[in-house]
Amino acid sequence: MQRAESPTRRWLRSAVSIFRKDWRSELRTRYVMSALVMFVVTTISIVVFALGSESAPLDALSGMLWVVIFFAAMSGLSRTFVTEEERGTAMTLQLLATPGAVFFGKLLFNLVLVLGVNALTVLLYAIFLTGFVVKTFSIFFFTILFGSVGLAAASTIIAGIIAKANTKGTLYPVLSFPILLPLLLTCINGTRLATEGAFIEEAYGEFQFLVSYIIVVVTASSVLFEYIWKD
Amino acid sequence: MVHLEAQNLKKVFNRRVIFQNISFSLQTKQTLLITGKNGSGKSTLIKILSDVLTPSEGSVHLTNDDVGKITKRSDYIGLVSPYLQLYDEFSAEENLALACAMRGEQWRKEELHALLQKVFLYERRNEPVRTFSSGMKQRMKYAFALVHRPPVLLLDEPTSNLDTDGIAMVKQIMREQQTTGILVVATNDRSDLETFDMQVDLDAAR
Repeated sequence: MQRAESPTRRWLRSAVSIFRKDWRSELRTRYVMSALVMFVVTTISIVVFALGSESAPLDALSGMLWVVIFFAAMSGLSRTFVTEEERGTAMTLQLLATPGAVFFGKLLFNLVLVLGVNALTVLLYAIFLTGFVVKTFSIFFFTILFGSVGLAAASTIIAGIIAKANTKGTLYPVLSFPILLPLLLTCINGTRLATEGAFIEEAYGEFQFLVSYIIVVVTASSVLFEYIWKD
Repeated sequence: MVHLEAQNLKKVFNRRVIFQNISFSLQTKQTLLITGKNGSGKSTLIKILSDVLTPSEGSVHLTNDDVGKITKRSDYIGLVSPYLQLYDEFSAEENLALACAMRGEQWRKEELHALLQKVFLYERRNEPVRTFSSGMKQRMKYAFALVHRPPVLLLDEPTSNLDTDGIAMVKQIMREQQTTGILVVATNDRSDLETFDMQVDLDAAR
């Protein structure tokens, strides 16, 4: 077979092919997507029924939005590596691609998935929870965007760690909670600011934290992933 | 010319020494036979050589006279192993294209088709691998291992699940590899490999 032009280009081709492989596999099996969509629909339905005609405070609604997003991520994002281990294809992936390409391919897949799920969650939330009104759209948009990237990045490395463990189901929330807590608290705060109609300048602190979180998690993960991935 | 060198390899699982003091040096057109009872570590040694497992001690080096030391060893290695699984939901042709793409390489459809003809799977190229029998999956693994024309071919239990036509195909692939590259075969069945240059007996390496 022909070699691509440069190592960078080969790396990129490899990472993109892993993303495409996961995406095509997901479209054929609907393994993760069905679980995520069902979780979001079920959880929002429960929230709507629980509230009834009552209107919850904006703080609580902002918090509940991220609770739905967090648990939806818990139920789906860990599958990216777990399915490779369960189907026995982890070794195939280890043989074919560099750890860096595997990590970024999986990260890209998780990112697309989490962005899609978060878009659905926000849409259903806006339709069924009438008390939830976003007054500063720019703050809300960037909070969801940065929150999704941070969630995907942290979930990908945690999924890589737990895929090697015997107790995958319990280990994922246990490991995720302390790592994702700062991200979730900041996202809840950003969402609250958006619903209160704050100026975008008031959310700069939240944005700075979220961007820093993403940089730290992605950098640390890309360095550590090789040691996690290889036996 | 490609050189594959193993120096003082040792593997320990849960404080149990699987093997130790494994050293050998191979170059193009040489063949290594790895033997040993069940659980002696044949598959483990093959995984270490293919760079999917790290040795507890020792090292493996792959060098090419043209480019020097090779850092991404798996680009130069083709592996057939019972532990290597294909992507069941994809077709035979898609699996081969995926193998090239995930290595960061480009491919031509005609080359993939030629390879599928070689392993007698051309007619079934568009069917998902999950519909294949165990023997067909084993033949598919050969196509998967050879798709990047590797100078080093590692075969773990090379003829398992194969019928007589499949075994003949494997023997042909081995003969071709013996004339063009390095061949390493791990097996309990000595009839799998009639001629070899070196042998590692893992029963003697505990």
